[in-house]
Amino acid sequence: MKNKEPIILAVVVFFSLATYYLVEPFAHHVLHKKVIEAKNEGFAYNDLPAITKTGNAASGKDLVVNGGCTGCHSIEVAGMPAPMDAVTAAGAYGVNPPDLSNAGAIYDAKFLADLIKNPAHALKVEHKFDAAKGEMHPMVSYYGMGGDIDQEVADMVAYMQSIAVKPEDVTPAMAYEDACGRCHSVEYEKWTQIGEKPKFKHEKDSLAFDIKVIEYQESLIKYMGKLPPDLSMYIRSRGDDFLSKLIENPQNILEGTAMPRVGVTADAAEKIIEHMKDAGDTKRHEREEIGRNVMIYIIIFAIFAFLWKKQVWRDLH
Amino acid sequence: MHNSSRRGFMGKAFGAVAGVGAVGSLVAMKKTWDPLPSVKAAGFTTLDMSIYKENQLVTEKWRGKPIFVLKKTAAMVASQTDEQKERDIVVDGSHFMLAIGLCTHLGCIPAYKGEAEGFLCACHGGKFDWAGVVTQVPPPRGFDIPPFKIDGNKVILGEVGPEYKQMKETGITL
Amino acid sequence: MAHFTKATSVKDWLNQRLAVEKIEKVMASEYWIPKNINFLWAMGMVLVITFALLVVSGIFLLMYYVPTVDEAFYSVNYTIMREVDFGWLWRHIHGVAASVVFLVIYIHMFTGIYYGSYKKGRELIWVSGMLLFVAFSAEAFSGYMLPWGQMSYWAGMVITNLFAGGSLHADGLVEWIRGDYVPAQAFLGRFFMLHVFLLPLAIMALIGLHFAALRIPHVNNQDGEEIDFDAESKKYLDGDKAGSKVMRFANDFMSKDMMVVGIFLIFFFYLVFWNYSFAMDPVNFDPADGLKTPAHIYPEWYFLWSYEILRPFNIDLGLILFGFAQVIFVLLPWLDRSPNAVPANRRGLFAIWFWVMLSNMIILTAMGKLPPEGVFSQIGLVSAVLFVVQWIALPFITAREKKV
Repeated sequence: MKNKEPIILAVVVFFSLATYYLVEPFAHHVLHKKVIEAKNEGFAYNDLPAITKTGNAASGKDLVVNGGCTGCHSIEVAGMPAPMDAVTAAGAYGVNPPDLSNAGAIYDAKFLADLIKNPAHALKVEHKFDAAKGEMHPMVSYYGMGGDIDQEVADMVAYMQSIAVKPEDVTPAMAYEDACGRCHSVEYEKWTQIGEKPKFKHEKDSLAFDIKVIEYQESLIKYMGKLPPDLSMYIRSRGDDFLSKLIENPQNILEGTAMPRVGVTADAAEKIIEHMKDAGDTKRHEREEIGRNVMIYIIIFAIFAFLWKKQVWRDLH
Repeated sequence: MHNSSRRGFMGKAFGAVAGVGAVGSLVAMKKTWDPLPSVKAAGFTTLDMSIYKENQLVTEKWRGKPIFVLKKTAAMVASQTDEQKERDIVVDGSHFMLAIGLCTHLGCIPAYKGEAEGFLCACHGGKFDWAGVVTQVPPPRGFDIPPFKIDGNKVILGEVGPEYKQMKETGITL
Repeated sequence: MAHFTKATSVKDWLNQRLAVEKIEKVMASEYWIPKNINFLWAMGMVLVITFALLVVSGIFLLMYYVPTVDEAFYSVNYTIMREVDFGWLWRHIHGVAASVVFLVIYIHMFTGIYYGSYKKGRELIWVSGMLLFVAFSAEAFSGYMLPWGQMSYWAGMVITNLFAGGSLHADGLVEWIRGDYVPAQAFLGRFFMLHVFLLPLAIMALIGLHFAALRIPHVNNQDGEEIDFDAESKKYLDGDKAGSKVMRFANDFMSKDMMVVGIFLIFFFYLVFWNYSFAMDPVNFDPADGLKTPAHIYPEWYFLWSYEILRPFNIDLGLILFGFAQVIFVLLPWLDRSPNAVPANRRGLFAIWFWVMLSNMIILTAMGKLPPEGVFSQIGLVSAVLFVVQWIALPFITAREKKV
């Protein structure tokens, strides 16, 4: 009697794999064609003009202070506090303007330069803010202090880069909080749009904090159309390919979305995604390690099962 | 012989009594699965239609969904096209737009931007006019209309009245 | 009254009270299995092991899971996945095993169809097996509700809506099943009860029935050979182990079972640690939101073929055919009119019927997941019609079969 088992195994594996291929990779490709095929420039921001002038940080500092930036933005490292608290600022602008201490390390220089000159353009929200129709972006465009505007902008960017931490010292949490955290909470990391919720002794204080968050969110809803989602589990629900492409250019993935392009560097984007992995796939390193050990054990288990079977069946033939 | 048929009869009779008990307990089990009174009460929302002001959007809530109520102005009523008129709900002489306040595209809640602009969905740019008709895609259809029944100057959401039935039959709402 | 003597050993003590030796003989050492079988006969043991993995992992998940609409998502994704030590492992094992168990069930089922293992006294094995399939389906669906993510909510919405019966508009029945107008607390609570108590109880009872139905007719073999179990077992017990056509269930067949289980577990744990997203849909990592419908709603892969039979038709015809697809497999022993209980490859037209059925169900599965547009919906329609036609043709094809 011929042993038919290899051919039976081949048939079982073939039909199982065919089913798997059709319902997973193939269907996935059809359902998410747009995201999978979205072109990715690797955070090169090729649509933005290159900075042609060499910036001077010292004159950049004067421009930042006198040009009106600090009217809305704080620069904590330079001892410039925020003119108003987050809730009031959101009431005025829709969202709390970011602190600029580490902007030079987290955001792309070309992006910063374009943002200063034309915020709605750099942020890719011109469909929402059309100056011709009188729909102004809350961040005012910078029209120059009288000199060469490109030089001035280059100076301001140079200043921001000079005060920021080194790009390699930006932590995943810092990158996330700066670029995403003013709109998106991360409940599993205790992060709210106005910062990490502290531990309060009294329930009254805790509730007061929650009310501030709600007030902030109300302004945000008015500004964005709906509350931007909590991102605790987004690494599992969307995956890193989607997130990376979305961060690089939201309009490519969610056409017409109110989410702006935040203009982070490739390095900062990686850190943002790392932070989201910490929130939603916390045990990934443990999973890899345990996985390896379990595989080694289970192969030994199978070998012993095989040897036992051989011994038992020796008498049967 | 007499005895054994009597035993057979009593066995069947006992079975029947046990069956009655089983059916009785099934009734109790069925009732336990019924929606709770609090759930049922929350399923019907009565709106007093006399309190709304013209061209002011009010968002009510029904079965966990936002319900848009907009009292139309005389000018709006006069200018209604056929498509808009089909969705018109007339209560006590006043004309209303009454609909589930969810964009029929992906369920975001659109904002009312006034008579000229209508409703704008901030998520994907869908637009609806003040009567709830789509004016800009992606939404596939106008606002859905919840089941309603007109009762004097009140509207009961959740009950099916003749006006709603007609709208459903003619395919104006899903 | 039974007569008890002073026990000479623990075994003897148990023997007098429980007849353990007799049980051991009936269930294991003198439970005779034909030698003429292949590894597909080990799928039953693979299913037992997978079910055990589901029960054990489920017990640990149950300790931290909170069945309320406000807490369920958090308790799964935060408490179990982040806080509980090895909580992530139990969840991944549970999720992957729930999916893989269906792959093995389908292999087990098609093995039965191919070798004609539902004929000649084995009808009840088939029927109890199909009841197990139904119970597992209900268990899988109710379990899918529990994380209370977007897919839980919308699958719950869509599937319970089926009970409205299309044009019958039995909305009252739907609301009764849900305990609310939409899936909410009452819905989650009752599906939680079903998932962790009533359905597992039913499954265990059905497994008992399935095994019991197998004991008297014995398992089939891969050539459809009729074996005289009394004569062959006598040969074995007389010492001619090699010459006998049968072997003991334990340890003879058990050792082969465990070898297959070992290989299966290598595959299984690979999926648990490195390739789990097929069993844990990304969309379900978004919390349930009754105000937002996901862009694509589809069931888990093992329900796709019957979902696709529902989809290409208008709601009433779709529901009728859907119902047809759910019950028709149970009737297989009576729809197959052939006297032959031999492998399909020796049964002429039936062999073609078998391979077409299998391939067509895979096509239905694929189309059930793809968006119902263009060529996909046409393929789906053709496949669904072919499925129904095949079942209607089965009695006619098999009635003409000659005895082999």
